[in-house]
Amino acid sequence: MNQFQYIRPSKQQAAIEAVARDANAKFIAGGTNLVDLMKRGVMAPQKLVDINRLPLAKIEHENGGLRIGALALNSAVADDRQVRERQPLLAQAINAGASAQLRNMATTGGNMLQRTRCPYFYDTALPCNKREPGTGCGALEGINRMHAIFGFSDKCIAVHPSDMSVALVALDATVLVSGPKGDRRIPFADLHRLPGDTPEKDTTLEPGELITAVDVPDGPFTKHVSYYKVRERASYAFALVSAAVALDLDGNTIKAARLAFGGVAHKPWRLQTAEQFLVGKPATEETFRQAAAVAMQGAKAFKHNEYKLKLAPNTLIQTLKNAAAA
Amino acid sequence: MKPQDKHIGGTLNRVDGHLKVTGAATYSAEYELPGMSYAVLVGSTIAKGRIKSIDARAAERAPGVLAVITHFNSPKVPGFTPTGKDPSQPQTVGGRLKVFHDDLVRFNDQPIAVVVADTLERARFAARLVKAEYAAEKHETDMSAGLKQAFVPTQAKKNPKSPVADYVRGTADAYKTGTRRLEAEYIIPTEVHHPMELQSIIAHWEAPDRLTLYDKTQGTLATRRDFAKEWNLPEENVKVIATFVGGAFGNALHSWPHESAAIIAAKKVNRPVKLVLTREQMTTMVGYRPHTWQKIGMSASADGKITAITHEATGQTSSYEEFTESTVQQTRMMYESPNVNTRYRLAALDVSTPIWMRGPGEATGAFALESAMDEMAYLLNLDPLEFRLRNYTDKDPENGKPWSSKFLKECYQMGAERIGWNKRQLKPGSLRDGEWLVGYGMGVGTFGAHRGSSKANVRLLPNGTVVLQSAVTDIGPGTGTAMTQIAADALGLPPDKIRFEWGNSQFAQAPTQGGSAIVNTVGPAVQEACMAMKEKLRTMAGASNAAFASARKEEVVFADTYLTLNGNPGARASYADLLKQTDGGFVTVESKPNGENNQKYSMYSFSVHFAEVRVNPLTGEVRVSKLVSCADAGTIVNQKTAGNQMKGGAVGGIGMALMEAAVMDDRFGRYVTKDLADYHVPVQADAPAVDVLFVNQPDPHVNALGTKGIGEIAIIGVAPAIANAVFNATGKRIRELPITPDKLV
Ligand SMILES: Cc1cc2nc3c(=O)[nH]c(=O)nc-3n(C[C@H](O)[C@H](O)[C@H](O)COP(=O)(O)OP(=O)(O)OC[C@H]3O[C@@H](n4cnc5c(N)ncnc54)[C@H](O)[C@@H]3O)c2cc1C
Ligand code: SF4
Repeated sequence: MNQFQYIRPSKQQAAIEAVARDANAKFIAGGTNLVDLMKRGVMAPQKLVDINRLPLAKIEHENGGLRIGALALNSAVADDRQVRERQPLLAQAINAGASAQLRNMATTGGNMLQRTRCPYFYDTALPCNKREPGTGCGALEGINRMHAIFGFSDKCIAVHPSDMSVALVALDATVLVSGPKGDRRIPFADLHRLPGDTPEKDTTLEPGELITAVDVPDGPFTKHVSYYKVRERASYAFALVSAAVALDLDGNTIKAARLAFGGVAHKPWRLQTAEQFLVGKPATEETFRQAAAVAMQGAKAFKHNEYKLKLAPNTLIQTLKNAAAA
Repeated sequence: MKPQDKHIGGTLNRVDGHLKVTGAATYSAEYELPGMSYAVLVGSTIAKGRIKSIDARAAERAPGVLAVITHFNSPKVPGFTPTGKDPSQPQTVGGRLKVFHDDLVRFNDQPIAVVVADTLERARFAARLVKAEYAAEKHETDMSAGLKQAFVPTQAKKNPKSPVADYVRGTADAYKTGTRRLEAEYIIPTEVHHPMELQSIIAHWEAPDRLTLYDKTQGTLATRRDFAKEWNLPEENVKVIATFVGGAFGNALHSWPHESAAIIAAKKVNRPVKLVLTREQMTTMVGYRPHTWQKIGMSASADGKITAITHEATGQTSSYEEFTESTVQQTRMMYESPNVNTRYRLAALDVSTPIWMRGPGEATGAFALESAMDEMAYLLNLDPLEFRLRNYTDKDPENGKPWSSKFLKECYQMGAERIGWNKRQLKPGSLRDGEWLVGYGMGVGTFGAHRGSSKANVRLLPNGTVVLQSAVTDIGPGTGTAMTQIAADALGLPPDKIRFEWGNSQFAQAPTQGGSAIVNTVGPAVQEACMAMKEKLRTMAGASNAAFASARKEEVVFADTYLTLNGNPGARASYADLLKQTDGGFVTVESKPNGENNQKYSMYSFSVHFAEVRVNPLTGEVRVSKLVSCADAGTIVNQKTAGNQMKGGAVGGIGMALMEAAVMDDRFGRYVTKDLADYHVPVQADAPAVDVLFVNQPDPHVNALGTKGIGEIAIIGVAPAIANAVFNATGKRIRELPITPDKLV
């Protein structure tokens, strides 16, 4: 690990200024992702601004929605009674991620900003445009089993790894941000970006911008929800593909649907066309198959991830079935 | 002896369990020595070529750095004898990698420098500052290219009787003319041992010609021999301590570059050097189960008798060392068949050297053979258990000898009953549990009941405690516990009066922990040493006490503070008096296998594993819902630790079947699965409660204890049992492990 400076301000403004001022400074929350990357030499911030003293860990219900503080722990959110009752999909998605030990450290803000698990990104001896722009994308012609089938570019085909994010994008969440130029709200679907020509940028956050909370509006999705994650072992592995489904059913008719994929793109992949397709249709396997076909429009595979073209729609069908039966 | 005094066959808790769970057990990296320094290895970033230059200036200037050692400035290692030839011509059957010896790079992440500093953090920081320039050459790490150049191992060329030489019984390739025949290829990827404890060593030159190593090794004496040779020292000048080993699964059966590096570094800085590999380096620097290609050809008659089997296997090895294993052995002796032939080849690639990984070659081979057995049973429309019974052998078909013991049929019966084999349907895809498909499969394992020779030391202390010492290591199976039970029974003492000390090269000679041979080998030595000490003490007591002089050693009883005789409590010889005499009953015994028995009998342990799996037809996820492992391993010394072994092996088999694979990007010759997030081993939720059943019948010929060995058969046959169950559930035959969802979807 490189030498670095470490500060732990107790004022939000001080934290923001410290990072805004210094291009080599980073916020640190649970540290479960950032410290790993520092140990592997992938990231070498010269200053760490620990935000754990900021009062950002609350989980509240106000103005027709949940407000989850950026420092609320993954385990605290998943176990929160309000969250479980109002947004069970979110609780399921969080619990599908990492391990109990990690969830006890990981924060809401850190989780959504965790970086890709692409192995080329992690190995400083291999090329990676995200880690070192201009060196080439190691995965493009390399081992790309875990990589994207939607929204990639020839500069980067990595996927965003968070499970929680998949639920948040499906639930129309909004990210609350505070920065050197003031506060703003970012629709969750706009937080992460596609790689395009600048894969080194994961998100639309500006330098120094601090996530303070995420808002999840109340909705009808309290019962027929399911987060299903296909992975190579029963727990503690990243998704090959995952799906978040929230249905509002009237008898057997679908009134509204929220769908998203994880493990398929550089951002959590909301499936609006398939959602619209479902509205007014009966909740049957046949409908689900058709919706899955709609969801897959535009997907394209690489050498080792061809299976995702089949696994993704099948996962969505399975998740829709689980949600309808929930 | 009263029955409750018998400890062999019991459930004694691990003698070191308390130390381990309280953190009081000291592992290699946990020793603290005055002046300790810390070493971090720098690995090459190309797979083949030459090191043109190494810029170590920044590292050398970094705070706390004591030395940066490369082949440019390494102290000369006397055992790294120059070949006399152009060093650019590495031999194909060379020895271990000579670290920092020349400018050649033979695999990606080969150690090219070691940085030594006063703290680990400083060493790690400085290691990152070392920059190398290479003249890269075209490397080959792709197995498909390796297969085209596969060759007969040198060992087989030199000795046609070698276990890796071609074998023919009847006619070679006779399956090709069979009417009911199959031919199929099976592939096992590279798998990495990844024990919990990282490979670690502390090298300490106590004098210019005296070396002490606190080392993670499975063989204190093998390590001593290797490094005594490397440094041209008498063996007694090298001391190796490996009291606690946090799992190894085979990767500490060899001496590795990092050990040489630590010793070189300690020489250079003249301080003790601690070197712990990183998790990533565990993939490249300490061996792995080699990527292996196999082909089985098999034919059978209409009534389910195998008429021919051909088993071909090619395993990956490095360019500088030939590693071989017994991948095709099970095929030679498991089933009755008039025609059997095997061919074993190697494919040398620009990778590091593999090493045995639990079950080793036999586990790899069993995946092919036992999958093929399932395929043939299906072809014949036979229950796979029935098919195996029809080809059961009552003597070893490889050499015609009787088995020393074989209770595999009993295992079949017990296991089938326990898993509910009668629920299995011949037609794949017939059973469901909700949406999930359900299937049943079985796989058989066998491993030689090896026994070597071993010594044991024993002596009595005045307080009545008996101390035994052996150089053997305990890598987790509970060796120390089993030996304590054996000694307790031999002496008629409670286990807490026995202190078995192990893991030190200065103790009595014992083999390397591996090949399921330790209880078979060290057990008899302990037993005999205890009996010999009893006799010796009886004679000593007899010098002044007629009752002892005329007694038999079986009558001797160890009381709290004195020796007495069964049925004659008046006869007493106090330990204090006895120990006043010269050596206090100290005895060393050497125990050897019975050569005559070895000639007469074929000795193997056997196991069968039954798996029940659930497969999601949409997503291809596989869950092992039940696993029953039955073993014919002779006498079970400790039900608990033996059960532990079986369960651990079974879970290892789940990993092998469903998730373990080290994946390399052949363009760079570099692994992309180097941490435990990318290289998957089973987590608790992947393992059902494994049902373990033992036949527990003593083998009359391997040794007096009746043991045959457990460690390997615990995993051999598990992966095919699961693969066969997946076929039974889905009708999909996966011949390349691991069976990940992408292969089933
Ligand atoms: C072995 C392993 C397995 C895992 N498996 C999974 C999995 O299956 N699914 C899954 O979803 N995740 C998984 N994770 C990832 C885990 O969820 C993340 O590491 C964790 O959520 C990150 O949270 P943190 O608070 O520790 O973030 P940190 O490491 O502290 O920070 C991560 C990033 O976010 C930035 N940051 C943190 N907080 C803020 C803020 N409030 N405002 C602005 N920037 C901020 C930091 O600067 C840093 O760049 C796994 C991790 C490990 C190590
Ligand atoms: S996919 Fe993205 S993260 Fe992976 S190597 Fe390519 S550029 Fe780097």
